[in-house]
Amino acid sequence: MAEEMSGAEMVIRALQDQGVEHIFGYPGGAVLPIYDALFQQDKVQHILVRHEQGATHMAEGYARSTGKVGCVLVTSGPGATNAVTGLTDALLDSIPLVCITGQVATPLIGSDAFQECDTVGITRNCTKHNYLVKKVADLPRILHEAFYIAASGRPGPVVIDIPKDVQFAMGDYYRPASHTSHKSYRPQTEGDHKAIEAAVDLMMKAKRPIFYTGGGVINSGPEASRNLRELAELTGFPVTSTLMGLGAFPASSPQWMGMLGMHGTYEANMAMHDCDLMINIGARFDDRITGRIDAFSPNSTKIHVDIDPSSINKNIVIDLPIIGDCNHVLEEMIRIWRTRTNTSREEELRPWWHQIEKWRAVNSLRYKGSDEVIKPQYAIERLAAAARDKDVYITTEVGQHQMWAAQYFPFDLPNRWMTSGGLGTMGYGLPAAVGVQVAHPDALVIDIAGEASVQMTMQEFSTAVQYRLPIKIFILNNEYMGMVRQWQELLHGGRYSQSYSESLPDFVKLAEAFGGKGIRCDDPKELDAAIAEMLAYDGPVLFDCRVTKEENCFPMIPSGKAHNEMILPDTADVGNIIDDKGKVLV
Amino acid sequence: MNANLLPSGSVYSFVADTSAVERHTLSVLVDNEPGILARIAGLFSARGFNIDSLTVSETEHEKGLSRITVVTEANLKVLSQIKLQLERLVPVHRVVDLTATGKSLERELALVKVAGQGENRVEALRLADAFRAQIVDASIDSFVFEITGKPSKIEQFIALMVPLGLVEVVRTGLAAIARGPQGM
Repeated sequence: MAEEMSGAEMVIRALQDQGVEHIFGYPGGAVLPIYDALFQQDKVQHILVRHEQGATHMAEGYARSTGKVGCVLVTSGPGATNAVTGLTDALLDSIPLVCITGQVATPLIGSDAFQECDTVGITRNCTKHNYLVKKVADLPRILHEAFYIAASGRPGPVVIDIPKDVQFAMGDYYRPASHTSHKSYRPQTEGDHKAIEAAVDLMMKAKRPIFYTGGGVINSGPEASRNLRELAELTGFPVTSTLMGLGAFPASSPQWMGMLGMHGTYEANMAMHDCDLMINIGARFDDRITGRIDAFSPNSTKIHVDIDPSSINKNIVIDLPIIGDCNHVLEEMIRIWRTRTNTSREEELRPWWHQIEKWRAVNSLRYKGSDEVIKPQYAIERLAAAARDKDVYITTEVGQHQMWAAQYFPFDLPNRWMTSGGLGTMGYGLPAAVGVQVAHPDALVIDIAGEASVQMTMQEFSTAVQYRLPIKIFILNNEYMGMVRQWQELLHGGRYSQSYSESLPDFVKLAEAFGGKGIRCDDPKELDAAIAEMLAYDGPVLFDCRVTKEENCFPMIPSGKAHNEMILPDTADVGNIIDDKGKVLV
Repeated sequence: MNANLLPSGSVYSFVADTSAVERHTLSVLVDNEPGILARIAGLFSARGFNIDSLTVSETEHEKGLSRITVVTEANLKVLSQIKLQLERLVPVHRVVDLTATGKSLERELALVKVAGQGENRVEALRLADAFRAQIVDASIDSFVFEITGKPSKIEQFIALMVPLGLVEVVRTGLAAIARGPQGM
């Protein structure tokens, strides 16, 4: 039933009708009517951020930890441009966001008006889709369509740019019945039955199979993770995952191989290299995963399950593509597998597992402990031990600490691990933790951070204080942009150009200045007690964990090398491993 | 394995791509909404695809549909990516590779301005007649010819006009359609 209201009221009503409970944003001239409509209701709670980039990462953290669409509200011009990093991050990691931006009134568009920018032009290549709403009559349809597009198919960010006069204009609000008959956008969710049968046929015959899973399994919902576990159990195959997919398969399972890729485990990468059947479920053969593509898993048959047809054959040639939603395809695989057999293939897979155990025995995540200084790997292990049995969510920034978190913090559940994978956005973790904590007020939310990254969005600690969100920012402080320094050591003769974190703030005093708690620890013997103090504190904490300054993150596939040419932790003279050809690569 | 399908490189290794480049004509059916051309052109530039020619016009007014004809040059692997990436855009209904799906008709229109007198002027007229070009404007010392045909025919006509006093040329870009009874 149509109901007359202003464009601004339609925005709020549509959010309510979509079941939105929280929106992250920052007011400004061109969104004032929407903020006025927001003020006059209490169903949608607004979280006031300190910078619009923070709002987008909060919405990402919120979306990834709940499976819902994350919502952002910002003003025109700088409000919109500040949101661009988070939108791009969400596009690269396939996170569903709806970002509403104010725009100058339609007659002023193109006149270089105050706080005007070409928002749809700027965000066209960093969103799944975007809209400039020129007529209030189009607004109800666009608002609801935006949620449908953001969440369906391969999820992604959607921008709705609403000029101020459209926000004031009166029109009829309605909620469209369904979008399943969208005129051009029709994501394919059901995998082709014949292709799935062919996949099961290959799986029944494989001698050295491996599941290589990714963020698509998480995006497909918790049911997909359950089905992945069931299929892995039925088949007895080993499972590895990308950075994005951690938690879809439990790290406590004996079939878990650890993360693969540039800083993945030796066993995962060797198994990828030597397998005869690779079953990629919801991953996209990113360059961090494949290493040298002309030497990538040279002898395997490759099955690729992906909801996005353009992922197939983009980086790696696929033998058997299956376009569809991971959960649906996994369900079908389980069903068909069951019709074929009810006996385990344990005996046939024994030599493969025997080989895997040999690789595992290399213990590629070993590191030299210390009584004097806190090793970053040790810090994560102690943090994980303290958080065990707690309802814990982890976010990270980007760099060495992120890789150490992925390597040393075990995840048994999906939606518990929020990290910027594709775009690699430093400054992601703190605001993402705020978003996660908003969605899960009683959970333990920890941002595993670096001292350089965390300063990029440090101001959002103030947001955490304002909304009494007890996030824990665990900073592995080595006084370097650690991954930059590591690459400079490996590739540039140890010339640490601009990678030292000069003039660091006193993080304890900084936390106190914000109204939170600060803790510092530089002694491995005191670390457990300090972590316990952090977890016991009912409020936001900045934990300045002083760690070894020049620790490298290993194992590592160096640039220009293949999966079976990894650098292991105690390799000497790492500075000479990468040849000149490798040095030009990222 | 089809050599043309080999990946071209990653950040780990640049593999010299020696696979053959082909010129293909794609027909793209889209919603005629603001910004659609920028969306298509932006996709090509963002992903490093080539555009040799691009023609856009509304074709079904009641349904608000436009047909875009894109001519691009790429190897088979990239051509497949171009098609799939175009199909990912929300307002894109369908993409057909007219070159890959068989015979298609390709036509282009050009307006060709030639200035000259005496023998050159007579020769230009004679050639225009041979190419079935129409005279759409004339003055004492110039003509504007309208010529329609395959791009190769237009190229040839323009080349012949150069020594006869070619002043300037405008071309519409390619319009293409599949032969036979089926529509897109």
